[in-house]
Amino acid sequence: MRLSMDLELQDIPGQLLLALQPFSDNKANIISVVHHRDRKTPRGMIPVRFVVEMDRSKIEIVNSKLKESGISVVRAGEDRLIEAVSVVLVGHVLHSDLGDTVNRIDSTGFAEVMDVSLIMTGVDEPSSAYLKIRATGKAEIQKALAILREVGAEKKLLVIEPIEAEAV
Amino acid sequence: MRDIKVSLVGYGIVGHGVVDVLNRKKKMLRDMGLNLKLISVTDHTGTVMAEDGVDAEKILGERTLANLATTSMKGKEAISAIDSDLVVEVTPTNIVHGQPGLGHMEAALSSGKHVVTSNKGPLVVSYSRLKKLAEDNGVMMKFEATVGGTMPLISLVERTLVGNEIFGIRGIFNGTCNYILTRMTEEGIPYTHALSEAQDLGIAEADPSYDVEGVDTAGKVVILANSLFNMNIKYSDVDVTGITGVTPEALALAKKRGYAIKLIGDVPALTVRPTLVPLGSPIAVAGTLNSAAIYTDLSGTITVTGLGAGSIETASAILTDIVSIYRTKRIDAIF
Repeated sequence: MRLSMDLELQDIPGQLLLALQPFSDNKANIISVVHHRDRKTPRGMIPVRFVVEMDRSKIEIVNSKLKESGISVVRAGEDRLIEAVSVVLVGHVLHSDLGDTVNRIDSTGFAEVMDVSLIMTGVDEPSSAYLKIRATGKAEIQKALAILREVGAEKKLLVIEPIEAEAV
Repeated sequence: MRDIKVSLVGYGIVGHGVVDVLNRKKKMLRDMGLNLKLISVTDHTGTVMAEDGVDAEKILGERTLANLATTSMKGKEAISAIDSDLVVEVTPTNIVHGQPGLGHMEAALSSGKHVVTSNKGPLVVSYSRLKKLAEDNGVMMKFEATVGGTMPLISLVERTLVGNEIFGIRGIFNGTCNYILTRMTEEGIPYTHALSEAQDLGIAEADPSYDVEGVDTAGKVVILANSLFNMNIKYSDVDVTGITGVTPEALALAKKRGYAIKLIGDVPALTVRPTLVPLGSPIAVAGTLNSAAIYTDLSGTITVTGLGAGSIETASAILTDIVSIYRTKRIDAIF
């Protein structure tokens, strides 16, 4: 699973290495480390955000090791929705129940609509909407698009999907 | 020097281009060892014949052959009666029944004449039958001009990329739609407005449905699927959505997020639909340009772009096909 963690380090040499050790010991794959030296907390600590790929069962061990080293874990959360796709809808997007359209994606549990921009030009004119959908993986993105295609056919909406980068 | 007797059937915009190009390139072709003689030109009014070659200057000034015809023979009759080596078929296209081009091509191939065409209809309706007819009669049928106009695509895949496995081809195959979508994006104008502008400029027909409903693009998808992917499909196998429903607001929303909306034909998915294409992508070309991305196993993705229509441009693709027939023959003769 992919996890993002916000840690606070003391502003003394060697702290970042100390913070990395428990991840390394527990075979976590570090995706990114962002070190905010310029944004010290009121207590004079330096916030660092880690994104790691690691086994779920190792989280507690890493957490306690960090605490033993005097590093405070401010937040730890799973980054579930790691893939994203842009879609444009044209038609009576709002009046065909936009809430329902969004819900059909959100209710899957594996995909969510994260961003909606709507432009309406007139009461009887077709409106246009941009949707960003996030999902737990590439296959789930395809499933979400299939649902949206189905909803589009049902509600007479033109669904404009992105060209895939590679032929399948 | 090899003498090649060519008959041209169809004398519209493309037909005029063919007469013009064959005339302009006469010397260049001779230098290559080909003496191309246009011995007849046929349209719906009759045929102009000349054993030593039709006088291009004389006929190019005429819209039809009505005042110049030396015989009233037309269509299949003319093709069978005239002793040519190669027939260039450029009559108006019909994607439903393929006629009159289909009959013309059958007549030419079955009498042992090579065929070069820009006419999509016969290939959409009857590709495998025409291909077999050509093979049975030991002649060639070439049709580069049917897809993407002057943009090299079929010969690129068949010759240059030979040895590659082709996973798919996606692209913009209709300049009229691309022009309309480009103008809607640039000016924020509605579809109907951009369409009238295209009609004023002669980019769109008075009846634009063939282009804007995606019919033309779907015809090209059928030709690519049958000729390059051996899929043996019909027009009705393609899932088609045109551009008439696309709004300037949709284009603006897409652009803000880094996308253009283009009418994309996809083989082997067999779809034609408005699609989000990243703005930096090499296939996201503007105006009347066509483009195609070819996905291969060895060469990765190859992208081509070029003018998809036009009299001289289409004639250029026809000329390439004619020359390639005789070049292939020469290679065969060597081995």
